[in-house]
Amino acid sequence: MQNVKVITGTSAAAEAAKLADVDVIAAYPITPQTTSVEKLAEFVANGELNAEYIKVESEHSAISACVGASATGARTFTATSSQGLALMHEILFAAAGMRMPIVMMNANRALSAPINIWNDQQDSISQRDTGWIQLYAENNQETLDLIIQAFKIAENENVLLPVMVNLDGFILTHTVEPVEIPEKEKVLNFVGQYEPKHAYLRPEKPMTQGALGDPEWYMETRYDVQKAQDVALNVIKDIHDKFAEKFGRAYGNGLIESYNIENAETVLITMGSLCGTIKDVIDELKAEGKEYGLLKIISYRPLPTEEIKEALKGAKNVAILDKDISLGLDKGALFTDIAPFLKDKKTVNYIVGLGGRDIRKANIKEIIEHTENEAKDTETKWIGLKE
Amino acid sequence: MARQFPREELFAPGHRGCAGCGAAIVARLTLKAAGKNTIVANATGCLEVMTTPYPETAWRVPWMHVAFENAAAVASGIEAAVKSLKRKRGLYEGEKVNVIAFGGDGGTADIGFQALSGAMERGHDMVYIMYDNEAYMNTGVQRSGSTPYMASTTTSPAGSVIRGENRPKKNMPMIMAAHGIPYVATASISYPEDFMNKVKKACEIDGPAFIQILQPCTTGWGYPAAKTVELGRLAVKAGIWPLYEIENGEYRVTYKPSKRISIEEYLKTQKRYRHLTEEDIEEMQNLINHKCQEMGI
Ligand SMILES: Cc1ncc(C[n+]2csc(CCOP(=O)(O)OP(=O)(O)O)c2C)c(N)n1
Ligand code: SF4
Repeated sequence: MQNVKVITGTSAAAEAAKLADVDVIAAYPITPQTTSVEKLAEFVANGELNAEYIKVESEHSAISACVGASATGARTFTATSSQGLALMHEILFAAAGMRMPIVMMNANRALSAPINIWNDQQDSISQRDTGWIQLYAENNQETLDLIIQAFKIAENENVLLPVMVNLDGFILTHTVEPVEIPEKEKVLNFVGQYEPKHAYLRPEKPMTQGALGDPEWYMETRYDVQKAQDVALNVIKDIHDKFAEKFGRAYGNGLIESYNIENAETVLITMGSLCGTIKDVIDELKAEGKEYGLLKIISYRPLPTEEIKEALKGAKNVAILDKDISLGLDKGALFTDIAPFLKDKKTVNYIVGLGGRDIRKANIKEIIEHTENEAKDTETKWIGLKE
Repeated sequence: MARQFPREELFAPGHRGCAGCGAAIVARLTLKAAGKNTIVANATGCLEVMTTPYPETAWRVPWMHVAFENAAAVASGIEAAVKSLKRKRGLYEGEKVNVIAFGGDGGTADIGFQALSGAMERGHDMVYIMYDNEAYMNTGVQRSGSTPYMASTTTSPAGSVIRGENRPKKNMPMIMAAHGIPYVATASISYPEDFMNKVKKACEIDGPAFIQILQPCTTGWGYPAAKTVELGRLAVKAGIWPLYEIENGEYRVTYKPSKRISIEEYLKTQKRYRHLTEEDIEEMQNLINHKCQEMGI
């Protein structure tokens, strides 16, 4: 018997944390993440979830409490968005550097100023070098599925890194979709119990965590995180395959998902909910006898560059759509990260949807048309900009 | 004291603090009173830096440092995790685990103030110890909200126009008491038994406890290393640092000097006050007389 609920992305995230039987939650409300932490508070209040819910006074304390809880051996969850994620910035580095397998849901939202509560991905992109694994969901089902997998990825003995699961604000957080909720027992069986071996705070075996790492030691700790990110590429794929086998849902290879690439000379690359719109456009154009492809990035950190190169072997033109912008360079992060690996192709960067600016099917068609016919290699074009 | 508190040293000798550092005394006495079943969260600052240069550590209890302003939040997470693991997995059954946070005056009264207020107000079962050396020592003696009136620091220097710090010391114990927490106390490293009794009490009490302990700092205050304990004593005797506790709202002085000494005897020992004129000292003495009267000392 399938248990399907018609729920928002934030509810799906809360359900996933509940299914993973988290021990400690510390979170602070911010639009459009709020309903997820309200939902979790409700689960705890009703005894549906046996967890400590710390009603912290800020996101900085939320993530700090998560580091303390995780280090004590608790499975730990938090959720935030935009300004809240930016406030966490300092401690995000600490969480990764101290190898705390915290799982976070981030509802992607633009950053001030001007203040704007709507969707783009500048918030999480701006945290890309913190050492966190970053996964991006296309829809609400994928949000739930990714969060369940995230615990297993984070707690993997060879990874031990925090994982951020991103979903587009409002587009997913406030839109209801049917989501299949797996059985709790099955999820627990899949995720297992968290038993820290590398670092913990237990009086019977005192350990010092967060020591001063002078120049003699610091670089190696950075290199260790890099190695763990490398290892995570295989772990994410492996966990994805096991998840697919057990729960019957697959998302490409867990790192990237190709859509009609094998038939296409022109391929679009992006992350998150926009992939859904692009898939619709590709289907429409296919019906007219035109072939276009999409490469959806699920894992942005670690970035599977080999897989991306391989998937784009047959492509000639690549349109890279960014919901973020490096001001002063006029390029988005996906473009700067991926284009260097695609030197033999025409690569064009599109800045789209900043601060929730609508991206319609017509915009996608305009991008395809531009990439194929007019664009120069490595050009940047802002879509939907008022002149 | 020898009978009441164990010989075992949970804070190992050989840290890298300055000779005569009072912060090391705070840590050592705290652990003696709290015992083995303790988890420590430490804010960035002298205590953290001097005790854990990787791969060495002075801590024989589990210890964690994350950042400057979040020791109270980290301790909140530790406390919540202990509770959760107790309930869900039967860990620490029948045991009392002390969660202790250490923060300097900067990490507590200034940048860590919000996290501390949140942790106290939420009622976590933890002991927060503010080791107060009255400035940001780790970064080279800059003023904090806890720097006393007229003390010269590198960011409140005594100049020809401004006479050192121009604002009074922030009253942290009263601010903490206003949170309605079950236990608030002041202490001094020079009255170890008084301090350790307070730590013990704070550990035993259910809920948040806050102890502010005055910690003389040779480098920041400017006095010879051998005089740390003496200075701590002079501060109490002069009435500039009264020792008291507020237990469930009940205020009690825990040590009353039989005869108060003049503030000058305390001030003249330290370079941070050497710019003071006779009028300055008189002004200070009047302020202290007034405060001591208020506090019943
Ligand atoms: C966010 C942040 N700002 C500034 C610093 C630099 N910093 C480190 S320790 C410190 C002062 C610590 O002062 P205090 O809390 O009084 O402890 P003490 O060094 O006196 O023991 C400062 C300013 C920092 N580490 N983090
Ligand atoms: S500067 Fe002061 S607090 Fe810091 S180690 Fe030296 S004596 Fe101790």
